[in-house]
Amino acid sequence: MLEIKNLHARIAEDETEILRGIDLTVNAGEVHAIMGPNGSGKSTLSYILAGKDDYEVTEGEILFNGENMLDMEPDERAAAGMFLAFQYPIEIPGVATMEFLKTAMNAQRKARGEDTLSIPDFMKRVKEAAAHLNVSMDMLKRPLNVGFSGGEKKRAEILQMSLLEPKLCVLDETDSGLDIDALRIVSDGVNKLRGPDRAMVVITHYQRLLDHIVPDVVHVLSKGKIVKTGDKDLALELEKNGYADIINAAA
Amino acid sequence: MNANAPIRNTQAESDLIDRYDAAKSALAGSVAVSALRDSALGQIKDKGLPHRRVEEYKYSDLRAFMKSAAPLATAADSAAVKGVLEASETFGDLDRFKIVVANGSFVAELSDIDALAAEGVSVSNLADALSGDEGAQLLKSPKTGPNDGLVALNTAFVQGGVVVTVADGAEVSKPLELVQLATATGAQVVRNKITVGKSAKLRVLESFSGDTGYGEINTVFDYDVADNAHVAATRLITGKTESARLLTTIATLGAEAEFKSLGFIAGPQFVRNQQFINFTGENSEAKIYGVSMAGGRDLADQTLIVDHAVPHCNSREFFKTVLDGEARGVYQGRINVAPHAQKTDGEMMTQALLLSETAEMANKPELEIFADDVLCAHGATSGQIDEDLLFYLRARGIPEDEATTLLVLAFLSEAIEEYGEDDVTEGLEQRVRDWLAGH
Ligand SMILES: Nc1ncnc2c1ncn2[C@@H]1O[C@H](COP(=O)(O)OP(=O)(O)O)[C@@H](O)[C@H]1O
Ligand SMILES: [Mg+2]
Repeated sequence: MLEIKNLHARIAEDETEILRGIDLTVNAGEVHAIMGPNGSGKSTLSYILAGKDDYEVTEGEILFNGENMLDMEPDERAAAGMFLAFQYPIEIPGVATMEFLKTAMNAQRKARGEDTLSIPDFMKRVKEAAAHLNVSMDMLKRPLNVGFSGGEKKRAEILQMSLLEPKLCVLDETDSGLDIDALRIVSDGVNKLRGPDRAMVVITHYQRLLDHIVPDVVHVLSKGKIVKTGDKDLALELEKNGYADIINAAA
Repeated sequence: MNANAPIRNTQAESDLIDRYDAAKSALAGSVAVSALRDSALGQIKDKGLPHRRVEEYKYSDLRAFMKSAAPLATAADSAAVKGVLEASETFGDLDRFKIVVANGSFVAELSDIDALAAEGVSVSNLADALSGDEGAQLLKSPKTGPNDGLVALNTAFVQGGVVVTVADGAEVSKPLELVQLATATGAQVVRNKITVGKSAKLRVLESFSGDTGYGEINTVFDYDVADNAHVAATRLITGKTESARLLTTIATLGAEAEFKSLGFIAGPQFVRNQQFINFTGENSEAKIYGVSMAGGRDLADQTLIVDHAVPHCNSREFFKTVLDGEARGVYQGRINVAPHAQKTDGEMMTQALLLSETAEMANKPELEIFADDVLCAHGATSGQIDEDLLFYLRARGIPEDEATTLLVLAFLSEAIEEYGEDDVTEGLEQRVRDWLAGH
């Protein structure tokens, strides 16, 4: 599904190199976790996958279902099945959440040559997904993310993910800012989407989330490179010993 | 240059002087009205059209813009007027009364005079009134800018318009559209005097449609809002027109009164929408909104002076501008607070969104406060679309143009929604979408 080969990238504005040769293959049906200290480039990688133009790829390539992802606009990537749950979902004043959801779902359907949703069909889907994620109708009536608490924003991201039914889900620290109950709700929402046709990349600092969303593969990212790859036990090891040993061993 | 010496007239000014001589005998009015017209023309002769060296027109140089002046539009054929009226799409199928002014003159037979009479609203021809004893009074506007050039131009040439009087206590059940249309090219110079009686309620829609070819529109809406009366006026200034749209509101408010207005600009090449709001009674409120969109090399100018001459009045001004191409936007807003106008509450905000690097916004909010116990604030912002917002929407599959539309609409809707005349909101928002799709 996703093949990242020798990816080097820098900040477009000041040419600071952030990613220094990432290789990562994620197959359909798999869940990969990416862990790593602050500033190692996890969010940068997720932004590059989504198509943010603050970053410049200087070397390497990204294939998404065999297609050159770097040639695609952010909205084309989304329509092709890429979804990023943002670490910091932003508030968009004046854009009603429902209007936004409808526009996004229909834009993707249109890009894929599918019919637009009828209003009742759309409402039904939103209500169902919202109920599962404990998102209130009151939240949906507000402008997108405006005045949402940190946890509400994260739940709203997963709500969008459930409705858009992407093929590749990239979750950037979706667990940060969640209390235990919210963490369970969000994880259940994510797990519901697990399936043989879908791949997930879960970025996190903490083992905690991985108790709920159990990964097939765990990678450690440090200074823009994957320095170690293992199974879910690697996360437990990190939790116990911290990053220092692994990073030093790799250096 | 000596500011007092008469200027050398431009082609347009010479045209206007010729136009005046040719039209004078046909222009309505008593002897006193004629004298007012002569003196107003004298002002144009001596000072010229408003230009950039006049402070109030610093950013909107009408003198430079007007290369020539069209003759006045001539009387319209009734069937043609009907055709234009039926084809006009100003406020869609909103249920409303209509008063029609075509080619500068009131058209009684196409106006809902009887239905309005039943609601306590009388409508008569301004041209007739100008010939009567009170004629000159109609043109002696209370307070505008000092010798405002546009109002002078209007006084000199005014062809007609309507005198609308709402009886005390009348709450007009439907909005009243003042339709100003044209069946042929030519300048339209119109004045409407709207008097709203004590405790009356009136919602007005002001529109301009029809032949949008050569010929400027100069219209003055003179509102007299009596004690405890409420008025909301929605002005629609649209269409890809090449000639100037010169519009003036004068509103004089009694006590406990409310005057609300929204000036909506989308399309014409040169728009000056100016408002002079005068408080003459206590505990009144003015809420003035503006939504401007301009592209190409067009100009959208929203200018206003709110004069707090008495204590205990509130005013709120909220203006939004979206510019593309090499367009220019202007906001000049001044709140005057007289020395004894204590407890004035004035709040002014102007915000612009620039869709191109070459568009320019001139934001000039001003407070002139001579009282000490007042609450006045102003703010101005100007910026581009937030790239992070745009990226978020695009990352959800919304193409760039659609995402831009959502964000621009969100930006402009703030003013439309605060204005709060719900039955026009949707139509105006659709106009924003249309403008974005086709400007
Ligand atoms: N747009 C940007 N402008 C400047 N610095 C950036 C930008 N994006 C990322 N960085 C820097 O790149 C490094 C990696 O950041 P990030 O990808 O957010 O790390 P992580 O998500 O692993 O904490 C950090 O040093 C961060 O400050
Ligand atoms: Mg991060």
